[in-house]
Amino acid sequence: MIKEKFSEGDSLLHNLDPRIKIIVALFFSVSVAVIDKYNSLFFALLLAIFLIIVSKLKVKEIISRLLVVNSFIFLLWLMLPFTLPGEIIYTLGSLSISREGIHYVFLITLKSNTIILATLALLSTSSIYNLIHALSHFHVPDKLIHLFFFTFRYLQTIHSEYIRLNNALKIRGFKAQTNFHTYRTFAYLIGMILVRSYDRSKRVYDAMLCRGFKGKFWILDHFTFKQSDFVSGIIMISCIIGLVLWS
Amino acid sequence: MVIKGKKDEVLIKISNLSFAYSLRDYVFKEFNFYFCRGEKVGLVGPNGSGKTTLFHLIMGLLHPSEGRIEIFGKERKVEDDFIEVRERIGLVFQDPDDQLFSPTVAEDIVFGPLNLRKNQQEARIILKETLESLGLSGFEDRITYKLSFGEKRLVSLATVWAMQPEVLLLDEPTTWLDDETIIKIIQILKQHPQLSYIIISHDKNFLKETTNSIYLMDNGKIKKL
Repeated sequence: MIKEKFSEGDSLLHNLDPRIKIIVALFFSVSVAVIDKYNSLFFALLLAIFLIIVSKLKVKEIISRLLVVNSFIFLLWLMLPFTLPGEIIYTLGSLSISREGIHYVFLITLKSNTIILATLALLSTSSIYNLIHALSHFHVPDKLIHLFFFTFRYLQTIHSEYIRLNNALKIRGFKAQTNFHTYRTFAYLIGMILVRSYDRSKRVYDAMLCRGFKGKFWILDHFTFKQSDFVSGIIMISCIIGLVLWS
Repeated sequence: MVIKGKKDEVLIKISNLSFAYSLRDYVFKEFNFYFCRGEKVGLVGPNGSGKTTLFHLIMGLLHPSEGRIEIFGKERKVEDDFIEVRERIGLVFQDPDDQLFSPTVAEDIVFGPLNLRKNQQEARIILKETLESLGLSGFEDRITYKLSFGEKRLVSLATVWAMQPEVLLLDEPTTWLDDETIIKIIQILKQHPQLSYIIISHDKNFLKETTNSIYLMDNGKIKKL
């Protein structure tokens, strides 16, 4: 089961209208991505950390998610300082480290972490379903929403299908080893999941046809725009505008 | 649910039907079956005898290689003919995970009625009535994939029930259910004596409680027991 741990909480951000959160997250991410001044970026990082504090998410789990992102960024630290041409500040054998390289990789690290923190605080505090609802309120094309929604919905089913098959392997004494038997078994497992998912998608579609589906999804109105949503939205948007103007 | 049309009117008439899945022997050959309004039919037979296939042929999800399918007095041949059939006959799938795809129970239940051109307000009334008659009141905002298996079954029945079909086709409605939920389904069916339905089941007691006649399907043929 894919858990949406962060969405089950009670804080100002959890109760905020997801539509506001999507708008703020979008503007914030774009602004941070285009700003190039350290002062403004540090301020943005502070804002993001402030959001995390307001959202009352568990620090330990936030860190574990940041580690995943930063493990990719670490690869950039291994590459960029050595490859980007510019003023050389240190020489390591035949490799030389450039000031521009360090500058860029530091900017990337700062920006990514800021955006991730803000997104975690804003978006992961809503359930996927609420986000999808919010997107359809924004009139995002139906096809994109269906894609997003079905991917999430059937990831759950495919995952449980995988667990079932995997259990079937286990109870017959299967242990993964480095040999042909293991490779073949895993190939069968993946193949089986693909085939079953395809069949499942066909059956789901059939079931939808039986209920008169003609390509349109309907949503029941769920969100009510509260005064507190308006106020928080205005505050957050003005912070972002301030950030952009300042830099 | 209200009874539309008169009793004993032939709703489904299948004559001389042949059907085979590719690379396999015939499931049906010169198959004949008819079903009247008000009938409550149980369908039994060994695995692979074509019970589910019959449902899918009635709903137009599969098409026969030969023969004639007449539903509500009209021959049904191509996809467009079956749109009306699907609006008036409700099929509940064997696996509720195939049926439920919306985030919340409420949305899954109104999916059908909204497809039937009901407006939001009417859909909400139907939602409330459906949940009440299936004993599911309070389930509106539950997340469909987080329901227990028995609840999923009842909700998937509700999604079809909400379309107020003239005929219900239930495919193995009791497998993997506990006695309590089975009794609940029996009660629901008994509380609506005007319903017409066909039930595929291996559960003899369940069929005895809910149906008037039982048909056996075997070797591509069907006969009344």
